[in-house]
Amino acid sequence: MSRKFTVLSAGPALLVQDLGRTGYLAFGVTRGGAADIFALHEAAALLGQDPNLAAIEMTGMGGSFKSDIDTVIALTGAEMTAEIDGARLMWNASHALPAGATLKIGGAQKGTYGYLSVAGGFDVPLTMGARSSHLTAGIGAALQAGQTLPLKASKSTRAGYFITPEPRLDGGEVRVIASIQTGQFAPETLDRFGQTAFTRDARGNRQGVRMASDGEGFFTDGGLSIVSEVITEGDIQITGDGAPYVLMCECQTTGGYPRIGTVIACDLPRVAQAAAGAPLRFRFITPDDAREAELAARKTLKALPGKTQPLVRDPHDIDDLLSYQLVSGVISATSDP
Amino acid sequence: MTDFPVVRTVGLSGVLVTFAEAMTGPANRAALAFRAVVDAEGLPEVRETSMSLVSVYVVADLVTVDTNALIDKLRVLLDQQDWYAAPLPKGRTLWHIPTVYGTDLAPQLEEAATVAGLDPDEAIRQLSTTRVRVLTIGFAPGQPYLGELDEVWNIPRQQGLTKSVPAGALVVAIRQLVVFTNATPTGWRHVGQTAFRTFRKTTAHPFALTPGDELVFPQVSRDKLEEIIAKDTSGNGGAEQEAIE
Repeated sequence: MSRKFTVLSAGPALLVQDLGRTGYLAFGVTRGGAADIFALHEAAALLGQDPNLAAIEMTGMGGSFKSDIDTVIALTGAEMTAEIDGARLMWNASHALPAGATLKIGGAQKGTYGYLSVAGGFDVPLTMGARSSHLTAGIGAALQAGQTLPLKASKSTRAGYFITPEPRLDGGEVRVIASIQTGQFAPETLDRFGQTAFTRDARGNRQGVRMASDGEGFFTDGGLSIVSEVITEGDIQITGDGAPYVLMCECQTTGGYPRIGTVIACDLPRVAQAAAGAPLRFRFITPDDAREAELAARKTLKALPGKTQPLVRDPHDIDDLLSYQLVSGVISATSDP
Repeated sequence: MTDFPVVRTVGLSGVLVTFAEAMTGPANRAALAFRAVVDAEGLPEVRETSMSLVSVYVVADLVTVDTNALIDKLRVLLDQQDWYAAPLPKGRTLWHIPTVYGTDLAPQLEEAATVAGLDPDEAIRQLSTTRVRVLTIGFAPGQPYLGELDEVWNIPRQQGLTKSVPAGALVVAIRQLVVFTNATPTGWRHVGQTAFRTFRKTTAHPFALTPGDELVFPQVSRDKLEEIIAKDTSGNGGAEQEAIE
């Protein structure tokens, strides 16, 4: 029996992503994986499965899809319009997708990276220990209309749950710690960096996101050229024109531009999700505070499975009934497949 | 000024041990030797290691790992010997990679020779007989930075970028050679062309080279390279390899 998930139409950047691959830095390959790791954890909580299972990452725009078998999907990350056979779906929720039904996912209303996860994950072949596409490494490619992805057999009965996501889609404050080249910047430059209201530039992708501001650039003392040195995800690189680039999951492993600091890991989804024009500020914190923030974030991710709630509840329990899309997906899945 | 080696944290991602401010032969050898010892030590908190030209990056989760304790362990290893004089690690490979110099396959040989102040034949003689070492791997998967060439090859990158040089291109600048993994725009000058594939993603051993391996690029004719391309589907591009004693 075939277990296939078919891409009927595709936005410009649909990529299979999991949590990425480690162990290859020495060979020039960074982690890659989902740009917004939180979204994979939320999907995993909704579906009751491992967050490392492969999902489809959708940049700005979704596509339309169908499955050969009855399955359950979860929609997380950037909020996009979605429907199954015309019935609107709530985002940040899991829904039954009956065999042959058409799932349509439109443009992002809020945020940049939306995620379509499926019970059991997309069973594409492992390359170097992971299923994620890493375009700068030449691994994988954007999904095209007509393409099919193998599905794993899964007995998930987790259709009809929702989760309230950690807020991160609108930009805002991002915490930064000093890194190896921070000391090459004058204290005044670092202060000005912390006080500047940036917006997320239109130039941004899975390798890096440019920050725009009105003021002058952020240059090192004397503009020294530095020996090419290791890069870590979250590094804020200052390129020739003085604009900061936050380096994302698919960045290079080394680079010769100075880096003013490093965005802490748990704030990177906020940078990734900020849409072009979204406001962003950077605040330096101490390594101890960064550790505390990371520990808290990990605890939150671990607790996600306990935070999912059934979509259909006794209406008397719900104060603000109209804000819930109570029946979307759930009913269409069981009534008339 | 700072005394090297310098030990610093890289955000909360790990610890960087740096042996010099700029690329030098001894600092690169030190990094190579020190990384091999860190790897052999098998510290449980170390997730992976890598090296840049003059540093060793020890990746560890500094959110949960005691940073000072890890740094102390690395300092104990650092104090064991003079790393700048350390022998190179064992288990390295010497590669002989057939290369076409100049012609339309590698159109900047003459230009590079002129910038280096050599006539083209002498440039080819030097490039095709100098044994270089993998100083580091980066920029693209498996892509080696090789050196160091004689001082005469301390030529700058060109001002403008070449739109695209193909995979397997041998390029030169700043006393280093690179064999490109993928077709890419570059400021390095394209002096030779090989059929060597540095990254073979669908195989059990996706990366041909490891830091410390050594390479020579003997000259072959264009006909010979085409014959190799037709016959050798391994990704080696006709290269021969031998263990370094």
